[in-house]
Amino acid sequence: MITVDNFNSVAEGANALSSGGRYYGGGTLVMRDANYAEENLERIVRVSDPTLNEIRTQGNRQILGAGVTMAQIIRTRETEHLSDVAKAVGGPAIRSAATLGGNLFAPNPYGDFAVAMLALDGIVSVTGAGEQGIEQFLASRDSFAGIVQNVSLAVPDRGTFRFRKVSRIKPKGVSVMSIATWLPQSAGRISNARIAFGVMGPHPIRAKAAEQALEGAQLDETTVDRAVTTLNNDLRPMDDAIASGWYRSEVAPIHLKRMLLERSG
Amino acid sequence: MSKKPLQFTLNGSPTAVFANGGANLLDVLRREVGDLTPKYGCGQGTCGTCTILIDGEPHLGCLTLAESVEGRSVETTGGLANGPDLHPLQKEFMEGFAAQCGFCTPGMLMAAKALLDQNPRPSREEVVEAISGNICRCTGYESIIDAILRASGQNVGRAV
Repeated sequence: MITVDNFNSVAEGANALSSGGRYYGGGTLVMRDANYAEENLERIVRVSDPTLNEIRTQGNRQILGAGVTMAQIIRTRETEHLSDVAKAVGGPAIRSAATLGGNLFAPNPYGDFAVAMLALDGIVSVTGAGEQGIEQFLASRDSFAGIVQNVSLAVPDRGTFRFRKVSRIKPKGVSVMSIATWLPQSAGRISNARIAFGVMGPHPIRAKAAEQALEGAQLDETTVDRAVTTLNNDLRPMDDAIASGWYRSEVAPIHLKRMLLERSG
Repeated sequence: MSKKPLQFTLNGSPTAVFANGGANLLDVLRREVGDLTPKYGCGQGTCGTCTILIDGEPHLGCLTLAESVEGRSVETTGGLANGPDLHPLQKEFMEGFAAQCGFCTPGMLMAAKALLDQNPRPSREEVVEAISGNICRCTGYESIIDAILRASGQNVGRAV
C-alpha cells in the first residue's frame, strides 16, 4: 500500500520526508517505481508550494524553482536560451511533467537538463541545508534525502552557451551522450570555460582538462584540437544498451570539436 | 488498500471515483472510470500510448499520480467524437490508413490534438516533434504525419 501525503510548503514536505518516503516532483521517476516496484515504495510526499514553480532573474543569474517543468522553460521568454535543452528531454508529454529538480536525480542515460545546469555554474538550494555547488551536489546525489527548492544558473551572454544531445534515433532518442559548453570571452579570449558531459560518468561531469586547455586562448582549430585530446582525463563512460563505453570515448572528442568549431564559425 | 475520493472533469463531464493510494491516472481511468481508450503500453513513459490531455497539456497517464488531477480537466480519445461524428483527426487517421494494429493510435490522436489545439497549421517538422514521444511499430509514421497535416487542412498526399 502506498500512502500519499500532501503538504503546502517545502519546509513541511522536507520535515515529513525526514521520517521516510519518496518526493513526488513531476512523477516521471517516482511513478515508474510505483508501477514496477511498488513493494519498495510505501510513502509518497507531494508539495504544492508555488515557489517551486517560480522563474526569476537576479542580476546576471536566474533562479529556477525545482518544480519548473521542461514545458514551462520552453514557453517562458526569460529562459529562451534553455529552450533547446528542454526540448531535448523526451517528447511533449514527458516535458509537461519532467522538472528541473527531477533532472538532478535522473540516472543515466536520462537527465540531459542537468548537464546544462552543470555548464551554467548551477547552485542548488536545499530547504533547511543552504546552498551547494551543483558539481558537489551531483557527486553526492545518491545519498540526498531532502527537497531541492531551486537552482540558480548563470545567464550566458548570447552565443557563449551551446548544448548538444547525441542520440542514434531521430528526431528523439536516448542519449549516447549530451554536451553543454559555456565559454565566456574577454577581449576575444576564453575566460572561465565550463564544459559538461552527460552519460560520460556516473553522473553529469565536467571535462576540466579540456576547460583548462581552452583558458585564455582564442577559439580556433589548434586550441580545440588540444582541448579534445584531454577528454579521457575526466570522462569515465560506462557500457549500456545504447553504446559501449569504448564507443563513447572514441566519439566524444569528435562531437565536442564539432560543437566548439560550429560555435566559433 | 485505502482509497481516496477523486473528482475531476473527464471529456467535459464531472467525474467522481475512489482511487487507490499511489495509483496512476491510467489505471484509474481504465479500471475505476471505465474509459478504456487510453492504452497501457510500457508503464514507464517510453511508448506514449497512454497520452491524455490534462488542462490541455499532453501528459502520460501511466506516470501521472491519479490524485494530482483533483479538480482538473482530463481529455482522452473517448471524448474526441461527437456522437456519430468523428473528430477530423480520427477521420483522417481512418481514411489515410494511419492505424494498422491501432495500439498507438489513442496516444497519437491525443498528442496530435494537443498540437493542433495550440498550433492549427503546423509544419511537418512540428508534427514530427509533437509525436516524437509516441512509438508506432507498424506504420513507419509517414501516414500518421500526413493524417495530422490533413486534419489541419493542409493538402498532402494520401497513403495508398
